[in-house]
Amino acid sequence: MAAQEHIRYIARLGDDAVVLGQRLSEWCGHGPILEEDIALTNLSLDYIGQARALYTHAGALEAQGHGEDHFAYFRDEEAFENHLMVELPKGDFGFTVMRQFLFATFAYLRMEALAGQTTDPELAAIAAKSVKELRYHVEHARDWVVRLGDGTAESRERLHRSLEQLWPYTGELFTPDAVDTWAETAGMAPDLARLKARWDDVITAALTEATLGRPEDGWMQAGGKAGRHTEHLGYLLAEMQSLARKHPGVTW
Amino acid sequence: MVSPPDERDVWKQLATVVDPELPFLNVVEMGMVREVVPSEAGGWLVRITPTYSGCPATDVIMQDIRRVLSALTADVEVEVVHHPAWTTDWIGEEAREKMSAHGIAPPIGSHADKSFLLGKKQTVPCPLCGSTSTRLVSAFGSTACKAHYTCNDCLEPFDHFKCF
Ligand SMILES: [Zn+2]
Repeated sequence: MAAQEHIRYIARLGDDAVVLGQRLSEWCGHGPILEEDIALTNLSLDYIGQARALYTHAGALEAQGHGEDHFAYFRDEEAFENHLMVELPKGDFGFTVMRQFLFATFAYLRMEALAGQTTDPELAAIAAKSVKELRYHVEHARDWVVRLGDGTAESRERLHRSLEQLWPYTGELFTPDAVDTWAETAGMAPDLARLKARWDDVITAALTEATLGRPEDGWMQAGGKAGRHTEHLGYLLAEMQSLARKHPGVTW
Repeated sequence: MVSPPDERDVWKQLATVVDPELPFLNVVEMGMVREVVPSEAGGWLVRITPTYSGCPATDVIMQDIRRVLSALTADVEVEVVHHPAWTTDWIGEEAREKMSAHGIAPPIGSHADKSFLLGKKQTVPCPLCGSTSTRLVSAFGSTACKAHYTCNDCLEPFDHFKCF
């Protein structure tokens, strides 16, 4: 069996993906225009696809007979170690694209680094695939942030508000805990300080172009990676897990 | 006893499996078949790389591949390999021409290009009239692998197969 930290590192990559994928799926039938309804649900599919591969890999490392469904459907809130940012309610379209931009840029840079490591070849393969998908997530979200930020007074105000609401959740992305440090020492995970420098460049350039500017770093939220979540995750999981728990092993 | 099929028969069968989202292209043209090698059991081992993780067509394609090969003989095994990840760079020239002929602008450039992080845009020529004056309507079109564009000159809408 692999190290506990190794399994947790992979599982929490899956947690980020499955929770954000579930949030994005809530746009199905509610997008502001048909094209964006399709776009957001396609993004959702990408994240769920990534989560499936990551959970399957975590289960194989754990070697206790747990498949992807165990990780997604049969663990409680405290066992999820996703970043708090991805579990926040979908908000309006402006909030969703701002979160997509801040998070997908982080996810892109993280997967790019994971694709280049050799400690865990299966993870490298999953990451190499994910990075190609995330590229389009970044592009899509960046376009909207610039268009709406540098748009009408109303769209600019909404983007600005979303940015202010989301910014306290960006600190957690780059604050390593024991699992991150283990994975970095093992040569698997990237140095989060270096990742942040690259993330800052991309974010600042886009926010400047969007006439929004980069917020000042203040007090930052934390707890997701320790299983301490906002009240929102429980509701999300209740909806996502109810079918699988009521009818375990159901197929159709 | 039936003798194992010729390697060419295996490739011929594989070429009958199409991508349901691009039904004029088969899995060999799409670059999904990495190799056909002799198996330990004396038959053939086919290594397949799925296109990408969010693609809903992957399961159907894999089912179809197993179905046509099992019809051939029991001596063919299918193995799914994830490394190296599938890339649109593996789509052959002929397949790209077929895409254009079907009104789909083929992938452009390399997936290793990072300039998108700073907002740089690609020019996607219209597959119908060749004009380079086109605009992106939606980054996610009729399927996740395609973006939806409109030509500013001939005014026709078209799909662009994105670079992965
Ligand atoms: Zn045209």
